[in-house]
Amino acid sequence: MAIPLTYNFRSVKARWTSAIVAVAGIAGTVGVFVAMLSLAKGFRATLVSSGSPDNALIVRGGATSEMTSGVGLDSVKIIQDAPGIARGPNGPLVTAEAVLMAPIPLRSTGTDANVEVRGVSPNVLEIRKGVRIVQGRMFTPGLAEIVVGKNANTTYSGLTLGNTIGLGTMQWKVVGVFDAGGSAFDSEVWGDPHLLTAAYNRPDTFFQSVTARLSSPEALTPLKDALTTDPRLNVDVTREIDYYAKQSTRMTTLITTLGGFVAFVMAIGAVFGALNTMYSAVADRGREIATMRALGFGGPSVVFSFLIEALLISFVGGLLGCLAVLRLNGVTTSTINFQTFSNLAFAFMITPSLLVEGVVFAMVMGVLGGFFPAVRAARLPVATALREL
Amino acid sequence: MKFRKLIFANLFRKKVRLILTVGSFAIALVLFTFLAVVKSAFNRGVELAGADRLIVVDRVGLMNLMPISYADKIAAIPGVKAVTHDHWFGGVYQDEKNFFPQFVIDVENHRKVYPEFVVPDDQWNNYVKDRQGAIAGAKLAERFHWKVGDRIPIKTTLYGGAIWEFNLDGIYHTEKPDGDQGQFWLQWKYFDENVPSVIKSTAGWYILRLDNPDDAVRVAKAIDEKFANSPHETKTETESAFAAYFAKQFGNIEFLILSIGGVVFFTLLLVTGNTMAISVRERTSELGVLKAIGFTDRSVLFLVLAESLAIAFFGGVLGLALAILAIPGISAAVTGLLPPLLLSKPMLLLGLGFAIFVGAASGLLPGIGAMRMRVVNALRRA
Repeated sequence: MAIPLTYNFRSVKARWTSAIVAVAGIAGTVGVFVAMLSLAKGFRATLVSSGSPDNALIVRGGATSEMTSGVGLDSVKIIQDAPGIARGPNGPLVTAEAVLMAPIPLRSTGTDANVEVRGVSPNVLEIRKGVRIVQGRMFTPGLAEIVVGKNANTTYSGLTLGNTIGLGTMQWKVVGVFDAGGSAFDSEVWGDPHLLTAAYNRPDTFFQSVTARLSSPEALTPLKDALTTDPRLNVDVTREIDYYAKQSTRMTTLITTLGGFVAFVMAIGAVFGALNTMYSAVADRGREIATMRALGFGGPSVVFSFLIEALLISFVGGLLGCLAVLRLNGVTTSTINFQTFSNLAFAFMITPSLLVEGVVFAMVMGVLGGFFPAVRAARLPVATALREL
Repeated sequence: MKFRKLIFANLFRKKVRLILTVGSFAIALVLFTFLAVVKSAFNRGVELAGADRLIVVDRVGLMNLMPISYADKIAAIPGVKAVTHDHWFGGVYQDEKNFFPQFVIDVENHRKVYPEFVVPDDQWNNYVKDRQGAIAGAKLAERFHWKVGDRIPIKTTLYGGAIWEFNLDGIYHTEKPDGDQGQFWLQWKYFDENVPSVIKSTAGWYILRLDNPDDAVRVAKAIDEKFANSPHETKTETESAFAAYFAKQFGNIEFLILSIGGVVFFTLLLVTGNTMAISVRERTSELGVLKAIGFTDRSVLFLVLAESLAIAFFGGVLGLALAILAIPGISAAVTGLLPPLLLSKPMLLLGLGFAIFVGAASGLLPGIGAMRMRVVNALRRA
């Protein structure tokens, strides 16, 4: 026969001080767990959303990122005529890009961060459909003008509309702010590739990557085959979205390993807290439990009842933990990305599935913390326990 | 210690509680040590930076290369003891996951600027003679089970995607155990022969050693002025400022992990301390009995304190032992992402100090209360 649930509610109420300690312990653990995972998820999502399945990214053979790549103008010309590339009114939808790095101070600390500066072709907005200008206008090719991503606009100093900033050996005017939908481009600065390379003392016939809009998502294979078998070229062709997914691996591994260990250690601490609460609950209630046993409730029902109580505490803890960190959702932070050495702004991303994982994690801690005390409760010898004061 | 038996009896009166309290201390200490090693790993570059070294980079950005002729011009500036140059090779060994830094070094001057890297003379001489020679740090060699004489293929990412083969001629160690032993050095001459013409006769950055560290500001200024208005203007900083530039960019990740962990550590200690204090308060009437039968106030306080300190001490030691066991595993999991996670003695002692402090505080407060309480009141509480 099962012990009524109201019994558990009332007993938690009667011992609310120790219950609060256990709830707080579990809430804290779940909070850290969810926060760390959402950080890793946000970082990955930012990079993945930078890539589109409709675009192909072409870099030099063997290059691990745009930073280590180089594609000459002669190769760009060959790529433009390759099969599978979509065409717009002004020719093939291809942007050959020079990727550079500029030290620009962070607003928060005043210290320099590496900002990615990208020289893009004028038709870039037709190729990267997710990017649109939200303030000002697009830069004019041939003029020393730049447009900045919305995160770059708020994270670094001097990148406000109308301001002039030195990049390389030239002064540039900020004429627009673009929104790239929370992707890595939002941390970048875009301008005319020929002027940018000149300002950086680089040949303007040399680019880091070529991004091409595919005529259809399936067109990647013919394009890849054509380019990789061409003896004049030495390039790797990847779908843009796959390239960016790969760029996120090192940082997400770091966050999940370090964060995971902190959450693991905390989980042990929280289980200890739950054990303490439940053991003292059992010790306090020796007579109560014995009375129930004497009334005819079996050992299994006592174990079950105590487990329910532990689950109740851990469920509340898990829920509170999730609620506490929910505010972090969408909060933007930034760090250096190992694979490009550049600074990247990204937001915490708390998804419903992450919250469910957090609550499940809490319940597991509850079961671990409740099981042994429950078994002890069931094993109490009825006669001696009843005789206790 | 005539009260030893009594203290032990009190300690073990509730075995489960004892285990849980000691365990909580241990967990707090594991967390503390973990945070300390992560923090030191994030800032390793700054900690190791030589006070007498300056780094010269192209003002335009780190990725821009400077002419090799700058070496002699920098060396001519008064106060400069030695100059060397490096390049970032950025190759891939077998798989991208096996990341480690590869530097193209200038064999003539490297040892004068970096005396902390020690290579046996016979190995160094072989390396200098061997164009395709390479030297690896001891930790790096251990990671991939390399030994002197091995041939190591590395695929370049910056210079065309070809595979370059190197002969491992030597292994370097550092004087300090926490030194960076994860680098891979190849020779600038070999590099210069094989790279595309735009990269020939260049240096990625210059490192110079000063006669006197106090000269840093003057020399840095002199260098930057010398190359002002040239096609490659320079930016000269101390090595620690240069390292901090990288360390700071981790910025928020480091801050988040440390702040969350720090809050957890202190909460854990407070909760544990509170549990211990409660277990003393429960026994107030017992302490009253002890006083009634003639124990002095001081010895009652001593009993309570000894118990709390014993719990804190054992918990602390257990935690540190667990941390010593766990850290190498975590360090292996983040190889290539962070410098090796290393425990240091001051860190361990600081952690133990925290534990003992909390133990003392959580015993002292209820202990003093018990000491001051009048016997009659204490007995009436039961």
